[in-house]
Amino acid sequence: MRAFTKHKGVAAPMDRANVDTDLIIPKQFLKSIKRSGFGPNLFDELRYLDEGQPGQDHSKRPINPDFPLNHPRYQGASVLLARKNFGCGSSREHAPWALDGHGFRAIIAPSFADIFFNNCFKNGLLPIVLEEEIVDQLFTEMYAEEGYELVVDLEEQVVIKPNGETLAFEVDAFRKHCLLNGLDDIGLTLEDADDIRAYEAKRREQAPWLFDAVK
Amino acid sequence: MGHPQNKKQTLYDKLWQDHLVKSRDDGTALIYIDRHLIHEVTSPQAFEGLRLAGRKPWRTDSVVATPDHNVPSHVEERAGGIEGIVDEVSRIQVKTLNENCEDFGIVEFGINDPGQGIVHVIGPETGATLPGMTVVCGDSHTSTHGALGALAHGIGTSEVEHVMATQCLIQKKMKNMLVRVDGELGPGVTAKDVVLAIIGKIGTAGGTGYAIEFGGSAIRSLSMEGRMTVCNMAIEAGARAGMVAVDDVTLEYVKGKPYAPKGEMWELAVANWSRLHSDDGAHFDAVVELKAEEIEPQVSWGTSPEMVVPVSALVPSPADENDATKKAGIERALEYMGLEAGQKITDIALDRVFIGSCTNSRIEDLRAAAAVAKGRKKADSVKQVLVVPGSQAVKAQAEKEGLDKVFIEAGFEWREPSCSMCLAMNADKLGAGEHCASTSNRNFEGRQGYGGRTHLVSPSMAAAAAIAGHFVDVREMQEAA
Repeated sequence: MRAFTKHKGVAAPMDRANVDTDLIIPKQFLKSIKRSGFGPNLFDELRYLDEGQPGQDHSKRPINPDFPLNHPRYQGASVLLARKNFGCGSSREHAPWALDGHGFRAIIAPSFADIFFNNCFKNGLLPIVLEEEIVDQLFTEMYAEEGYELVVDLEEQVVIKPNGETLAFEVDAFRKHCLLNGLDDIGLTLEDADDIRAYEAKRREQAPWLFDAVK
Repeated sequence: MGHPQNKKQTLYDKLWQDHLVKSRDDGTALIYIDRHLIHEVTSPQAFEGLRLAGRKPWRTDSVVATPDHNVPSHVEERAGGIEGIVDEVSRIQVKTLNENCEDFGIVEFGINDPGQGIVHVIGPETGATLPGMTVVCGDSHTSTHGALGALAHGIGTSEVEHVMATQCLIQKKMKNMLVRVDGELGPGVTAKDVVLAIIGKIGTAGGTGYAIEFGGSAIRSLSMEGRMTVCNMAIEAGARAGMVAVDDVTLEYVKGKPYAPKGEMWELAVANWSRLHSDDGAHFDAVVELKAEEIEPQVSWGTSPEMVVPVSALVPSPADENDATKKAGIERALEYMGLEAGQKITDIALDRVFIGSCTNSRIEDLRAAAAVAKGRKKADSVKQVLVVPGSQAVKAQAEKEGLDKVFIEAGFEWREPSCSMCLAMNADKLGAGEHCASTSNRNFEGRQGYGGRTHLVSPSMAAAAAIAGHFVDVREMQEAA
C-alpha cells in the first residue's frame, strides 16, 4: 500500500450530507475485475449529464457545468471536504478506489459511515473527522478563496490551514502506523499465525460443527 | 481474556469474546471468522491480491460462494448459464468467480445450481450460517445473518482478501445498542415496516459505531424470515451488525438444514447456543424503544432510507425542518423524486414494482405478496411487476405452493433468483423518472437505474401498489378480501 505521511493540496467540496457509495461510484462500474480505472466515474451521475457505461470514452461525455468538481478552480484538488455520514450504504471498496483514482488523498467530514471509513485506510486514503463547526468554517473559507490549500500531517495528526492555524484530529494508532509506513496488514496479521492456529485448535474442540461441514 | 466471568454481557459482547484471538496493545483485536460468503462483485480483486502475493486461503471449508448481483433474472437468458449472459462485462465477472473458486478449491453454487441464490438468502437456508458464528461477506447486507444470533457484517474487498489469507479480521470493538420493540404488531404490519420505522426514528447514521441487538416482544414474535429482514437493514441505520438472540424460533429454523449439525453434534451445538442472548442487566451504550402498536405500514418518499413515513402521512415539507443541512437534503430529495411537499403518499403513482432482494425475497415474503395479488390484476398504468425469488430453493418452494401462478395470473412476472432490480446490475432497471414500489433496502439516487425513483415498502404493500397503481394502505385491501 502507498504510504501517507504529509500531504498538501487544493480542497474541493462535496457539499451534502449522507453521500452514499452508490453516488460515489454507480453500480455499472462495479462489474470491473480490476482495482483501478474508477477515477473517471467518481460521482458519475453528478459529474456528467448522461448515463455512463463501463468502457466508454468519458472525455467525450457531456459535463455537468453546475457540479463543483468540474469547475476550473477545483481541478487537481486532492483534499475533499464533505458533510455528515459520508460513504454510507454499500461496502463497495470501489468507492475509495474511485476517489483515489481521481486524485484525492484525504477526505475531511464531521462523520463517516463505518465500512467506508475502514476501506479508506486499506488504500492509502486518509479520512479525517473534524467537528461540524470546524468543517463548516473550512467550507466557508474554501468557497471564499480560490486555490484554498490544506496541509494534512498524519505524523503530527493536524490539518494546517493557509493562515497557519492547526486543527488536531484523532486516528487509531494501528491505522496510523500502517498508513505512515505503507504496510500490508495481511503480512502483519500473519506474524500472529501461531496465535491464530492455537485459537483455531481450541475452537475446533469446543465447536466441531463449525469445521469441515462445507466441502 | 480481560473480562471477568461474572460480568453481565450483551449478546454482542459474548460473540466478540468467543472469537477473540488476540487483543493488541494498540486497542485493536484479531477476530476469528467462521464463515466467509463471497459473490462475483467484490471478490475478483481479492483473489488477484492472493495470487500476486503467492498466498492461499487459510481455510477453504469456511468459504461459500455464489453469483447473485450480475446474473440475469430473465428466464430465457438465464437458461443459457454463464455463456448465455448477454452483458459481456457481467459475464466476465461471473466467469471469474467460477474460475477463482475452481483454482482455490472453494465450494460454489454456480449460476444454475439448485443451491444458488442471493448470498444472504442461501447462507441461512443451507445452514452455512449458524448461530454463534462470525460471518463476513464483501457486502454490507451481511448483517442479515445476525438474525440467527451470529455476529455478521459487511467488509470491503481488502478485508475479503485479509480474511481469506488469515481467517481473521483486525477489529475494534463496537458499542452496544439495544433497539427494543415491545407490544403486538397490527394486522398488515410486517418486519419491513418495523425496520423502516426504526430507521426513520434513529436516522441513517443513528447506529454508526454500534452493533445493534433487536429485542422486545414484537421482535421475538417475528419468524426467522422477518428477523432477517430487520437485521438486513441494520446497515441502513448505520450499524454494520444487527442481531437477534437465539430462541426456540431460531433452533426450529436451523434444525435439519443441510449444513446444520446433526444427531449428537446437534445436541452439543444447541447446548452451546443456549447462552446466545444478552444477560439480564447487561449494559447497552444506547437504548431505543418503539411501541409495536404505533407502527403503521411504511413508505419511503425520499432518497435515503431515513426519509420514510407511514402510508397515511403526507410528503414532508422542508419548511418544517430547522436544521439547514437536513432542509437542503429534503429539498434535493423532493426535486429528485418529483414530489411536492404536503402531497399524500397514497397519491404517488407507480410505474414499476419490484418484489425481491436480500431484504424481502424469502418464502414468507412471497406468500405475503401472493396473498394480496390472489384473484386481482395489476393496474394497467403499472408497466411491470417483477417477482424475483431469493434463491433456487425459494423458487422451488413457491412453485410447489402455486405462488408463481398467482403472480402470473395477476400480470406479474416470475423470474430467476438474483439481486435483480435492487441495484440494477443485471438488465432489470428503472428508466429515468420512473417511480417504483420496491421491497429492497436502498432508495438512493440512481440505485435502481439512472434517474429512477425508489420507494421502499413491504412485500404486501408492494403487491397492493401494483394492483392499485398507486400506494394504498394494504390493510384496506386485506379487510376487503
